[in-house]
Amino acid sequence: MLDLTPKEITKRKALRINPAKTCQPIGAMYASLGIHGCLPHSHGSQGCCAYHRSHLTRHYKEPIMAATSSFTEGAAVFGGGANLRQALKTMFTVYDPEVVAVHTTCLSETIGDDLPSLIKKAAEDGIIPKGKTVIHTNTPSFVGSHVTGFSNMTRSMVRYFSRENGETRELINIIPGYVEPSDMREIKRLSAEMGIKSVVFPDTSDVLDAPQRGRLELYPKGGVTTKELRDTGEAAATLALGGFASEDAAIELERKCGVSYELLDLPIGISATDRFIQAAIDITGKEPPASITDDRGRVVDIMTDMLQYLYGRKVALFGDPDHLISMTEFVKDLGMKPVHVITGTPGKKFERRIKALLKDTVPDVNVRSAADLFLMHQWIKNSPVDLLIGNVYGKYIARAEDIPFVRFGFPILDRIGHSYFPTVGYAGAMRLLEKMVGAILDRKDRDDPDEHFELVM
Amino acid sequence: MRKVAIYGKGGIGKSTTTQNTVAGLSEMDKKVMIVGCDPKADATRLMLGGMAQKTVLDTLREEGEDVDLDDVMKVGFNSVRCVESGGPEPGVGCAGRGIITSINLLESLGAYDPEQELDYVFYDVLGDVVCGGFAMPIREGKAEEIYIVLSGEMMAMYAANNISKGIRKFAESGKVRLGGVICNSRNVDREQDLIEAFAKKLGTQMIYFVPRDNMVQKAEIHRKTVIDYEPTHIQADHYRNLAKAIDGNDMFVIPSPMEQEELEALLMEYGLYD
Repeated sequence: MLDLTPKEITKRKALRINPAKTCQPIGAMYASLGIHGCLPHSHGSQGCCAYHRSHLTRHYKEPIMAATSSFTEGAAVFGGGANLRQALKTMFTVYDPEVVAVHTTCLSETIGDDLPSLIKKAAEDGIIPKGKTVIHTNTPSFVGSHVTGFSNMTRSMVRYFSRENGETRELINIIPGYVEPSDMREIKRLSAEMGIKSVVFPDTSDVLDAPQRGRLELYPKGGVTTKELRDTGEAAATLALGGFASEDAAIELERKCGVSYELLDLPIGISATDRFIQAAIDITGKEPPASITDDRGRVVDIMTDMLQYLYGRKVALFGDPDHLISMTEFVKDLGMKPVHVITGTPGKKFERRIKALLKDTVPDVNVRSAADLFLMHQWIKNSPVDLLIGNVYGKYIARAEDIPFVRFGFPILDRIGHSYFPTVGYAGAMRLLEKMVGAILDRKDRDDPDEHFELVM
Repeated sequence: MRKVAIYGKGGIGKSTTTQNTVAGLSEMDKKVMIVGCDPKADATRLMLGGMAQKTVLDTLREEGEDVDLDDVMKVGFNSVRCVESGGPEPGVGCAGRGIITSINLLESLGAYDPEQELDYVFYDVLGDVVCGGFAMPIREGKAEEIYIVLSGEMMAMYAANNISKGIRKFAESGKVRLGGVICNSRNVDREQDLIEAFAKKLGTQMIYFVPRDNMVQKAEIHRKTVIDYEPTHIQADHYRNLAKAIDGNDMFVIPSPMEQEELEALLMEYGLYD
């Protein structure tokens, strides 16, 4: 399918082919679903909302609920205020959410709808029932990526909910980043085992991995509650996981409520998870329990057992910046060589970070932010790899170049598992190891001549 | 920091009045920033002695995301800080979105941060509030006081009345208020009386009457404000007085714009006096 990608790389300024990112509202919509009883609302035309819902539905295999302001020609000319008011009336009358989280679209951004004023007016006019909250964030897709949208909506949770009343509680905020429901569940489990009382926000566990019970629950039991979100302002500290998805909300919490924060990488792989656990030790002053140290020991055990198959293998990685930073470090720790790293999200600091991570092992790494999969494919043609790690869109390159492929990141539209098994923490590291070793050994089994075809590996 | 936006009909002299007034404020040792919100990018020409300014949007287009405040802010007459939002050429793209982008960028670059120790920021906005983008400077958290520049001519007053409708809309949900109207005289008969009556109808004041003088034109040709070009001229004092009036102003209202008939009746009463 991608047989015509030319090996020769020519300079491109404007054109993007097979982008490695998607719209801001997708991230904002996903983050909103991490609030309990929240109905995401897309302020724009219906097509945006339909695409964002279906994209998330295909990834999570769950029905994604979201409302839209349903702009028509009239709204584009006169502004979408009237549509939003009507939508809020309908939502609170028919669907009764606790929170409506409004995000904008390219159209409402371009016409410049002033959402704070519209929401304030709706509240004054009694359109928003008492005890219910409408929050908003701006998500123009011509800026940043879906990661930016996630970050913006998470920051808006702080802007609208976090309160400071002078007291500090024994409470730690954890902003988990743009990770799977399974990852958020694992982050909660790890911090609970470390003896930390935490608020994790957003939290999509028990929302987007909800069990099938034979009846539709519009608002599943999961999600951070509005009370917990208010309490974030009284927390002792914030742990922000991933600079691109979580730091803005942490900065806002510090600015608004004086809660200091520590920025960590996503706890993916052994080193980044070690740093997460160390941060937890620094907070509690307690040693981690055996359940955690045993899991770590198992990761080290697998790493040493499988080193012979991983060492020196060249890897190409693409996806979202926070994921890639931790994953690059992990594959480096495994003795592999990450030679090509691409994200579609803009940010020079991403390139600097990857280069710093690899300065001793792969000093000539190809790394690019705001790049696309076409370039990744060309790099691979020029310098082949043994393993490709990335989201579902990598399957085309893997097929064209016949490379083992491990699905990792967002979106994965053709496999299951990501909603249920984490990639964060030591458990996640084990899962990633299993996948990588499996992919490499499957390929060996396929390609080995009979005399080298081994029963025991 | 006082956040001021200047509105008014196209060609009424907003940019000239703003820059001359800011020159007056700078003489009073006020630290001021002017943000030009017009795609023509001529709102700081008199401060910088020409249109040497690279606009925020041009910078964004050419340099990409890694923009520093120094790339878009230039220091002009009496240390006044000058920023031009810029925008597309006539007939292309969306100028309104340009203003939204550029004000957001200035905020994220910290142009309004307390450590800048600004006393005033002036937004000089293109013509009428034609769409959401042009209302950006009067949204919540942005400009809090508006001055409308007008003259005794019918269309200028009509535009001022329309702008007041925009202000009223945003004032109801935010902090923005009308601080007064500035009459930039066109030597219309009974102009001062007419504008005073007009201001009263709007529920505001005529904060200053700037008489017409060719010196303004002359200074402008030399790319300077009157205060810079001919500091001892009487017109320079008028602008100094206007600066003082704004600095001492404490009348901030939600305007009550007129219906078309009411506005026309007012013009009949004063304009067709003879």
